[in-house]
Amino acid sequence: MNFGQFLLRRLFLMIIVLFGVACIVFFIANVIPADPVGAILGGNAPPEAVDRLKAKLGYDQPLIIRFGNFIAGALQGNFGVSLKTSNPVMKDIMNYFPATMELAIVAIIISIFLGITLGVLSAVHRNKAIDQFSRIFSILGVSMPVFWIGLLLLLVFYFKLGWLPGGGRLGFFTYPPPRVTGMYLLDSALAGQWDTFKEALLHILLPAFVLGYNATASIARITRASMLDVLKQDFIRTAKSKGLNRNVVIYRHALRNSMIPTITIIGLVFGGLLEGAVLTETVFSWPGLGRYITTGMLFLDYPAVMGGTLYIAFIYSLANLIVDILYALLDPRMRM
Amino acid sequence: MEKTAKVSRPFMDDLKHTAFLWRRSRLTMIGSVIIVIFLLIAAFAPLIAPYDPIEQNLSIKLQSPSWQHLFGTDQFGRDIFSRVISGSRTALWIIFLVSVISGSIGIIIGVTAGYFGGIVDEVLMRITDMFLAFPSLVLAMAFAAMLGPNLTNTIIAISIVSWTTYARLSRAEAIKVKSQPYIEAIKAAGGGNLRIMFLHVLPMCISPVLVQLTLRMGTIILTAASLGFLGLGVQPPTPEWGAMVSDGRNFLIDQWWISTFPGIFIAFVVLGFNLLGDGIRDMLDPRLRR
Amino acid sequence: MELRGKLLDVSGLKVSFYTYRGVIKALDGVELWMDSGERLGVVGETGCGKSVTSLAVMRLIEQPGEIQAGKVIFNGKSLLELSEEEMNGVRGIEMSMIFQEPRSSLNPVMKVGYQIGEAIAKSKKMPIKKTYPEVREILKLVGLDPERVMNSYPHELSGGMSQRVMIGMGLATHPKLLIADEPTSALDVTIQAQILELLDELARKMGNAVMLITHDMGVVAEFCDKVMVMYAGNSVEYASTFELFERPLHPYTGGLLLAVPRVGRTDELKAIKGTVPDLVDPPSGCRFHPRCPRVMEICKENRPPLLQVEPGHFVACYLYGNKGEVKENA
Repeated sequence: MNFGQFLLRRLFLMIIVLFGVACIVFFIANVIPADPVGAILGGNAPPEAVDRLKAKLGYDQPLIIRFGNFIAGALQGNFGVSLKTSNPVMKDIMNYFPATMELAIVAIIISIFLGITLGVLSAVHRNKAIDQFSRIFSILGVSMPVFWIGLLLLLVFYFKLGWLPGGGRLGFFTYPPPRVTGMYLLDSALAGQWDTFKEALLHILLPAFVLGYNATASIARITRASMLDVLKQDFIRTAKSKGLNRNVVIYRHALRNSMIPTITIIGLVFGGLLEGAVLTETVFSWPGLGRYITTGMLFLDYPAVMGGTLYIAFIYSLANLIVDILYALLDPRMRM
Repeated sequence: MEKTAKVSRPFMDDLKHTAFLWRRSRLTMIGSVIIVIFLLIAAFAPLIAPYDPIEQNLSIKLQSPSWQHLFGTDQFGRDIFSRVISGSRTALWIIFLVSVISGSIGIIIGVTAGYFGGIVDEVLMRITDMFLAFPSLVLAMAFAAMLGPNLTNTIIAISIVSWTTYARLSRAEAIKVKSQPYIEAIKAAGGGNLRIMFLHVLPMCISPVLVQLTLRMGTIILTAASLGFLGLGVQPPTPEWGAMVSDGRNFLIDQWWISTFPGIFIAFVVLGFNLLGDGIRDMLDPRLRR
Repeated sequence: MELRGKLLDVSGLKVSFYTYRGVIKALDGVELWMDSGERLGVVGETGCGKSVTSLAVMRLIEQPGEIQAGKVIFNGKSLLELSEEEMNGVRGIEMSMIFQEPRSSLNPVMKVGYQIGEAIAKSKKMPIKKTYPEVREILKLVGLDPERVMNSYPHELSGGMSQRVMIGMGLATHPKLLIADEPTSALDVTIQAQILELLDELARKMGNAVMLITHDMGVVAEFCDKVMVMYAGNSVEYASTFELFERPLHPYTGGLLLAVPRVGRTDELKAIKGTVPDLVDPPSGCRFHPRCPRVMEICKENRPPLLQVEPGHFVACYLYGNKGEVKENA
């Protein structure tokens, strides 16, 4: 099938899956909780308060109607009102999402650069110092919990060395730049506020590195393995027999072929980034979607949980779709 | 000089070869050793732990590591070493139950989908996709939060997000087995679908699923620890490594040991499973089996 | 000592591979020589070291392999003493190679035209895009339609077409020597004939020498002027094709020819008794001695040198002297 058909089919599947996702989300927040209202108000609440809250949340209506409302609302981007912030959930999400997006983007940029560099160097200088270091770094990176790395680095770089700030997106006294995208780095650059830019950069470095740590390790590992594999292939021997010099062989012939598994991993790690964001934002007090959801779950803010989870699933599916597309573009054999 | 032909015993030879490969890979050996240590600690936890992990003693709170308290004490005066040791039991329990539950669900769904094919397959696979559309931690968090955070619900929540891998694996195996001639023969002899599925298809899935289970044990611990860290998992006072790391957050500057040691253990055990998993994977790779 | 081959002269080539099983002594003093425009067939069973020899000549032996000793004189240059950079100046320009599996020998994510152009670009030091007109000519030369093939990817081509591309790539720079390592073994019989014809035609046009490595004696008879027979890492016989087929001197060659069906033969095919030796622990002396029907005591102790027994006919076998009756090459 050609590319257009491939794209169409994937989009169609995505819609079906998202519907199912909505069902799951609804199920979680509406069917599972034994006594949702009681959980919020506590055991000793007077019955009128309970009834009032029930009506407000719409819990007095039959399930099927509630589900219908939920889906109808979701399609319009209306997830109800947050029990904690009293804002429409969608507004909250739009407020917090750019922070997470920015963190994830910087994290993935860092990890792609670091990861691929380490991976290629490792493969080319197999078994020498850089390889050993990179392999230890990788295996540890994949084994250590993100939140723990975050705390440790916070301890070292903030508490002990004071080189980097300890939390938040900007210093306490700094105003955020005029909002265009909600991403402070981009917005401050667009507005020419370079001091703010610098501050935002310093604040994002540590959380982004921590968030990307697992990804860096995975990317380095897969790049190394993939590169080693590719270097053994017949066509590399042909390239050498043509008298091409070593760097050309590595960077022109081997690299593009070895990127194929790497792209898959990048797609996989992106999902990991969304998960890691939840943890990293908690450690670094980063006001992003992850923290919003976590707070929502801890405080049983059902609308926030539903809306936030559905939104995250949506973004995650979108990211996977993009990766599939990139994959098809990169490897002509994949465009079956 | 004539050599007498050796009587070939493929199973034993295979086993011996596997053991040989195992010993040869240093990293796999290290992984295995780590896991064995972990299992021993978990098994003998009450004997190893010098103090009660739950008992509070405010008079000795926040003490730095010393000979009496190897890992120091936390803000409630509890011995961190004992808590970390006890936490290994919690971890092991979680790993075990999650593996059994998610493995079972996965195999059943996968075999059903692969064996029956057609619409059953499509529906089950779409359902699998739906679960995979969430980052697994987020979904686990949602389930744990709604069910009410505690040890049991942590296990349930993690199982719910883990079964998909095994379903896909089992389905692939089922598809392979389904087209074998001997399945036709059984059907011709009057064997019912259920019988075929359970007696013939399912056993073939167990091996790859077991391997995958081992590979994912590290992830299970990380997810459980993450839930614990966020407060959505195992609740205090039950010792759980992730929750312990979170406990120490407010004391990070001066009492670094409260968060650090549990984290080291998490990393240690996950590392062990990862090394072991890598080794197992390499061993099974036919290209490398020489 | 004067060189035996004016284009290529290989003597005393030793190559070993260090593996976990032990040291594989793949080549144990191989000798080989060619003149310009000549067609040399290198034959032997699988594992005898023919491919390793060609890779060693191109200096493409990689870890865990190593060239231990030997001399390779090509076009007046001692190849084993060149730096990697200088060697790169020889590879692809004066000497090129084509391989057995053409489809996996081409980079799957690059267009075919680009890969051929790359070879030319390097020798003429021009950007690859500029070589495309010449690439088109080459594609026509190897019997392919440039419009169809130029922008194709390797997986879109058949085996035969891919091999033509490889040949085009190999000859694009008008090298003096083309090494062809089993170029037809992976192809259908009918395509085989086409490819050999193509190699023949092009060699005539461009005047390059061809070292054809093969295990197929039929191909040798068709295509080659001279033949070098290898066994277990040694050169055991060298002669013109006619001479070799008519009067094989080495017992191994004789065995090889007896095992090949030929038109007009009515006798039984005979396999050579025994199996190819393990090169980690090869037999002492002449490596063929355990399987040789005419083995003598001395064969077990020393390796016979490759000596000229008749004009243009060399053998490494004690049956033909080294007890003083041998004529050294003049």
